[in-house]
Amino acid sequence: MSLKDKLSELRQRGLADIKKSSDLKDVNQVRVQLLGKKGPITEVLRGMRDLDAEERPKVGAFANEIRDDLTNALAERKAELEEAVLNAQLAKETIDVTLPGTPVAKGEPHVIQQIVDQIEDLFLGMGYQVLSGPEVEEDKYNFEMMNLPKNHPARDMQDTFYITKEILMRTQTSPMQARTLEKHDFSQGPLKMISPGVVYRRDTDDPTHSHQFHQVEGLVIDKHVTMADLKGTLQVLAHELFGDKFDVRLRPSYFPFTEPSVEADITCFNCGGKGCKVCKNTGWIEVLGAGMVHPNVLKMAGVDPDVYGGFAFGVGPDRFAMLKYGVDDIRNFYLNDVRFLTQFTKKG
Amino acid sequence: MKISYNWIKEYLDLNVKPADLAEKIERTSVEVDDVTTPSDGLKKIVVGHVLSLEAHPDSDHLHICQVDVGEDEPLQIVCGAPNVAAGQNVIVALPGSRIADNVKIKKSKMRGVPSAGMICALQEIGFSEDVVPKDYVDGIYVLPADATPGDDVYDYLGMNDSLIDLDVTPNRGDMLSLFGTLHDLAAIYDQPVTLDKPEVKEAGADIADQLAVHVDDQLSPQYRMRLVKNVKLAPSPMWLQIRLWNAGLRPINNVVDITNYIMLKYGQPLHAFDYDKFAGNDVYVRTAKTGEKLTTLDENDHDLDESDIVIADEKAPIALAGVMGGLSTSIQDGTTTVAIEAAVFEHDHIRKTAQRHNLHTDASQRFERGINQTGVQEALDAAAQMMNELADGEVQKGSVVGSSNIPEPAVIELTLTHVNTVLGTDLSMDQVTHILESLGFKVAVHDDTLTVTVAVRRNDIHIPADLLEEIARIYGYDQLPATLPTGRMTMGTLTDKQRLMRATRHSLEGLGLNQAISYALTTEEKAQMFMMQASETTHLAWPMTVDHAVLRMNLVSGLLDDIAYNSARKVKDVALYEQGRVFYREDGVDRPSEEEHIAGAITGTLMPESWNQPAKAVDFYQMKGIVAAYLKDMAVNGDITYVPNTDMPEMHPGRTADILIHGHRIGFLGQIHPLVAKKFKIAATYVFELNLQAIIDMPKQENQYDVISRYPAITRDIAMLVDNDITNEQVVALIERRGGAFLQSVKLFDVYDGVKVPKGKKSLAYTLTYQDKHETLVDDAVTQAFEKVSKRLEDDLGAQIR
Repeated sequence: MSLKDKLSELRQRGLADIKKSSDLKDVNQVRVQLLGKKGPITEVLRGMRDLDAEERPKVGAFANEIRDDLTNALAERKAELEEAVLNAQLAKETIDVTLPGTPVAKGEPHVIQQIVDQIEDLFLGMGYQVLSGPEVEEDKYNFEMMNLPKNHPARDMQDTFYITKEILMRTQTSPMQARTLEKHDFSQGPLKMISPGVVYRRDTDDPTHSHQFHQVEGLVIDKHVTMADLKGTLQVLAHELFGDKFDVRLRPSYFPFTEPSVEADITCFNCGGKGCKVCKNTGWIEVLGAGMVHPNVLKMAGVDPDVYGGFAFGVGPDRFAMLKYGVDDIRNFYLNDVRFLTQFTKKG
Repeated sequence: MKISYNWIKEYLDLNVKPADLAEKIERTSVEVDDVTTPSDGLKKIVVGHVLSLEAHPDSDHLHICQVDVGEDEPLQIVCGAPNVAAGQNVIVALPGSRIADNVKIKKSKMRGVPSAGMICALQEIGFSEDVVPKDYVDGIYVLPADATPGDDVYDYLGMNDSLIDLDVTPNRGDMLSLFGTLHDLAAIYDQPVTLDKPEVKEAGADIADQLAVHVDDQLSPQYRMRLVKNVKLAPSPMWLQIRLWNAGLRPINNVVDITNYIMLKYGQPLHAFDYDKFAGNDVYVRTAKTGEKLTTLDENDHDLDESDIVIADEKAPIALAGVMGGLSTSIQDGTTTVAIEAAVFEHDHIRKTAQRHNLHTDASQRFERGINQTGVQEALDAAAQMMNELADGEVQKGSVVGSSNIPEPAVIELTLTHVNTVLGTDLSMDQVTHILESLGFKVAVHDDTLTVTVAVRRNDIHIPADLLEEIARIYGYDQLPATLPTGRMTMGTLTDKQRLMRATRHSLEGLGLNQAISYALTTEEKAQMFMMQASETTHLAWPMTVDHAVLRMNLVSGLLDDIAYNSARKVKDVALYEQGRVFYREDGVDRPSEEEHIAGAITGTLMPESWNQPAKAVDFYQMKGIVAAYLKDMAVNGDITYVPNTDMPEMHPGRTADILIHGHRIGFLGQIHPLVAKKFKIAATYVFELNLQAIIDMPKQENQYDVISRYPAITRDIAMLVDNDITNEQVVALIERRGGAFLQSVKLFDVYDGVKVPKGKKSLAYTLTYQDKHETLVDDAVTQAFEKVSKRLEDDLGAQIR
């Protein structure tokens, strides 16, 4: 058998052995057997000494070719087997991805807080300051400077928790208006503020009444602030809180601290304005009170009503939350049932 | 006030449905509570004529009636009313009819006798008990003799009218009358309205010879009386009764009904006295004297004092002015001479009297808000005229006038520019003038200026802003443009305090606590629990309940209430925090100071049991971890230390720590005392409360970049036995102090006091990490430092290094 034939046979056998090898150890063995120093190729090559000088390079090239083939085949087989091993391992590691994730402790902001924050952020964006005043107020700021002198009939509208004759639990966050107006330096620019906070009324708690609830009062005072600005601002507020589809309408009302005074209704959530039980078939739901600041309020705070004027509004986050989420009992906000608190988590 | 749609239509040619009219009123004048048509929901209720009746054989009160309902055959109806009689026209609910409250009437048998329908009382077809004439309260109603059997009853009873219930704001007293409402509607619909004027037929003698009035005009700016003799008391005609009951008033007799009717029409409360019951011929309007008493029409006795205005005769008060008449001079069977009073009373007095005696009447409501002071005589005349027409009375000549101070109309100047500037509109002078004139105001225009003379009946209008409201509402708020304020830019930013408060909430939410908002008003006992500083309690003067009577001085008790609420509802895992104020008061000071606090409470587990991990019950260290993580977030400058506090009565004495920053106590942390937990009916609960204001006020660390060392760190573990009373804090402090320059951190990784440890000892194990930021640490340096610190532990703390 010529050397060349030997080599051919070697290749055939080698390729078959490689193919047969079933694991990495096998492959390695085959490699050592075929290509090792004591392997048949080396041996064949050693036999080249006996060849003609003419034949030698040909056979040499052929032998190299065969060695390369076998080397490649070995590498290929090795990769194949390695992949198989990996696949087997991955298959073994497979888990049930439908099992629930490990619980994470996570807290939620109170739904009223969410609404207050939303209102704050909206008005911060429009250049308003956020101011919070004392919850225990003086009669002077809560009523008198709001154009509600001691014998004013509208005081009957607000049942008040008094502590002494002059000290009370604030019934509204409007006292912050008076406190701020007194101090504001209009040469530094207009006054634009909102005042969120807890307020108190002498009410018996039931599904629609709470002796403690929240209010956000807004106030803008400048040289040229119009009622149209009030309407526009309330529209922005309604759109922010409820969505663009909601419309705002104003109705005349009465508050001692504003003139003109209005109440603002927004499109009914339930029926979208068609009329239903929730809105008593009007298509509208009352959500807030507002108006142009009464000249007396400005005067009492030392602001010249002939030069400055503006608007004020007061919204109830509790009522907003009740309307927006269909909460049917205001007491839910203050009893803090965890099952209630963790319902308002959608942030997307 | 319920106002009748039909009555309005007598004056205004309105081509609108009642619901639309109501909406217009709501959007332009005052709120409308609802619009009702009394016949709505009723079906097959007709006039019946009782042909005959006989006693029910098996009943001592039922009657078997044969009733003509306009059909060929009479219906047999069993009726239990005591006042049913043959010859009456009655209200019959036919078989298949529907009466009040959606009740269906079917043919039935009553004690064996077939009954085809029901003879009804007014209450049964929806009338409120309060408005049913006294004669018919306890029985069926008897319709007029000329009613036609078989006709629907609704028109006979005014039930097809629509009633618009106005919720009149305190400033719009003028809307508490038909005429006031008509003035507003005239402007809204831009229609002229003509109101009828009374024409009194006088007869008899001059009133001045029969009656004199003496009036303090500070109490009663106007006081007028007329005298009507020979009145014949009788029920009012149906149309008048209908007007009253549709407005929510009970018809009584023609004289009393006329006074009420005039009040509805003009807004002027009147009172009718029985003149013959007066002691003497003089009537006084004065304040009551302390000790005087009066029994009012409703048969209640009142002790009067000097803040009450009374009408009195020579001897005693005969009426609580502007609120309610007295019983002794009231119109009763046998009354023949009526003194009609039309007056204006000072509103503050009326308000206080109504409040003090708890007598809020239709009259007091109107006087409190102010009535049309130009219409007093007119209302008086109209009443006299009606008593002549309906009660056959002889109106004596003239009126007696005790006071007649009619206020001057308000005259207000404003400019068109101002109107448009404030409203943001572009109205013309003509538009503005027209609106004001349509309200019945006089307007004089000079260049840009309007001089407006306001109708006296609109006592709510005094200043230009009041006129702006009139212009805006009649023009229509819908027509206002919607814009945003322009003018100088302002920055809208949160203050540092507000930012920190937000950060506080976000931090605690991230740590697993839900935000709670609890009541700030609590019980006296709870208000004073978990006190962080000495303070007086602050009590409400008139609380609604003892549960909410005192201002809280801690947040934790509120959170425990919340946990108790959850626990009672089988919610066992609760993790809450609250940010809110506590109220501290110094002795002798009325007003408490307010301090922002932050508190948390956890019970059950924060990590509920899951398929891959067991539930982990909350404990002290979990709460401490939360507090520590929160305080780290707030980055207050200064060391935070935890010092055992065994003295808080509401806290577990062995599991409570004061929290100190830089040596200042800012709060506490620990387990609720088991006895307190028991009282609240809650399981083991861990809480903390911090003075948030103090945290806000303290200096903070700034974020700063710290080079991350490229050189490897070396760690050494050390385990030691120490006496039980040696604290972790002592060990760590010593290691940190004596650990050498390269010590980066000390971390406790094991605490053991089990069987393998001698009694009175515990084993603590720490990992010490060393690192040099500038070069690779040499092992020798670490070993040296480590040995040094080990020695120190042995020497200073008596530790046995293991």
